[in-house]
Amino acid sequence: MSGPSTYDPKSGFAKWLDQRLPLPRLMHDTMVTFPTPRNLNFWYTFGGILTFCLAVQIVTGIVLAMHYVANAELAFASVEKIMRDVNYGWLIRYVHANGASMFFLAVYIHMFRGIYYGSYKAPREVIWILGVLIYLLMTATAFFGYVLPWGQMSFWGATVITNLFSAIPVIGPGIATWLWGDFAVGDPTLNRFFSLHYLLPFIIAGVVGLHIWALHVPGNNNPLGIDVKSPQDTVPFHPYYTVKDAFYLVLFIIFFACFVFFEPEFFNAPENNIPADPLVTPAHIVPEWYLLPFYAMLRSVPDKLLGVLVMGAAIISLAVLPWTDTSRVRSCRFRPTMKWFFWFFVAACLILGYCGAQPVDATLFGIPLVWVARLATLYYFAFIYPIMFFVGLFETPKPLPASIAQSVLGEKPAAAE
Amino acid sequence: MAGTIKDAGTRRDFLYVASGAMGAVAVGAVAWPLIQQMNPSAAALALATTEVDISTIQPGQQVIIKHRGQPLFVRRRTPAEIDSARKVNVASLPDGLARNAAKDASAPATDENRVIRAEWLVVSGVCTHLGCTPAVSTPAVPQGAHGGWLCHCHGSDYDTSGRIRSGPAPENLAVPVYSFMSDTRIQVG
Repeated sequence: MSGPSTYDPKSGFAKWLDQRLPLPRLMHDTMVTFPTPRNLNFWYTFGGILTFCLAVQIVTGIVLAMHYVANAELAFASVEKIMRDVNYGWLIRYVHANGASMFFLAVYIHMFRGIYYGSYKAPREVIWILGVLIYLLMTATAFFGYVLPWGQMSFWGATVITNLFSAIPVIGPGIATWLWGDFAVGDPTLNRFFSLHYLLPFIIAGVVGLHIWALHVPGNNNPLGIDVKSPQDTVPFHPYYTVKDAFYLVLFIIFFACFVFFEPEFFNAPENNIPADPLVTPAHIVPEWYLLPFYAMLRSVPDKLLGVLVMGAAIISLAVLPWTDTSRVRSCRFRPTMKWFFWFFVAACLILGYCGAQPVDATLFGIPLVWVARLATLYYFAFIYPIMFFVGLFETPKPLPASIAQSVLGEKPAAAE
Repeated sequence: MAGTIKDAGTRRDFLYVASGAMGAVAVGAVAWPLIQQMNPSAAALALATTEVDISTIQPGQQVIIKHRGQPLFVRRRTPAEIDSARKVNVASLPDGLARNAAKDASAPATDENRVIRAEWLVVSGVCTHLGCTPAVSTPAVPQGAHGGWLCHCHGSDYDTSGRIRSGPAPENLAVPVYSFMSDTRIQVG
């Protein structure tokens, strides 16, 4: 899809540089002339939004690290100092804290979009696997970051998550001690989590580079899920998609700013405004909203090791989607059966998120939520393995349009939607 | 001719394997301190003992003390609580082992194996599931179905001997090494 380069250096310096380090040529080919399917919709703007989120987190994070102290005695107070004394510290911290939630909101939309339009399927498996890896790194980074303010939720969240490793037979307890640097979460733990929280975003940036590189080999998938067949099916990335991405990015920033300026504590657990106390566990501990579905899975299994394995498998299983899905048709627009299963999958994730936020013995209309969570967990895995496999084999897809151009321009509309 | 090639190959192979082995040793020597630095330092490893004054603890009450950075429950049990802990059939317990540092590892989880004096239960305050501190059950504020502790994080229910009865926790609350220095003082560790 990426044809011969059309970069034409104009100035003498540009020609000189092009023969030594063709970076302007790379930028020109990937961000200006890159042929992009002409039918990309709103849901395809989240890649750009996610790049923006990563940049915001890195910039605000570097600034916060100038004022934060990674020490169990001083951390909580240093965060308060950022909020009260540091010039615009409140703004920078609220952008960083809410930015994490915005980042995850965008990444979940991006992932669901990939599943709906079959963007993980050949020849884009590696893009998808790199994406799962980025998501894993994001959860690790977010977890480390959440520990840093050293409030009650920080401390007990760190305790619960690091104890997950103690479920591993034989070597588990040793691993937990090794992670802590002590016999419980404490000062050494906080210090290393800070170090890793600073490191991982740069690793994410590196993997994002690979993700985009892999994307530029086959080019974008599109809502029809059919391959680009001729130049009529594409438009240059600039100005068509730079403008489209920029427009939705502005809307996203407005949404983001509403939280920062009007509800900055919306995503924060009030409990985390209490300094960490190793002797008192809060009555109801919950992770940040974006980890609730996995937390609900952990709680729905009555066995320690199995619970941890199920939670881990939930993320890892996403990586095998390209191979459990047997359908030759990518987009759910042409998959009348899978479309339903997809929306049930979205619902299962939301239900798991709701269950994860409730107390462990909560009920809804007299039904124990733990059973609701068990059913939703079961469906989550059923979707990835048997449903993807068998629906792909037995479903009769709707007829595909002959080309993107034909579908978009409305000549003989073969695509009903 | 074949011999020459074989000879040359052998010498090269030797150098190749020898430098590879030395390289592996060097990588290991570099990796070891990088991994080991994360383990607890000698200062954290130094075993501390903690003394607890138990004279003010009333029957049915527990205090939480900090021992080696972690919570420890010292609970003065009522006769009813002791009774309920002792009439449990050990074979029906999810974890049949006493988990008492002062006893044999295979000791069964009878209440007698988990206490020194029946009135005093001294157990770790770290839930064996994922490390939360379980909430104590009192007649005024019952927690769980067995009168001991309920861990609110993931619903592990412990009885009045600190044994796991239901929920995801795999083991009974650990009993540390401790001794009575007098009727009103114990030393843990």
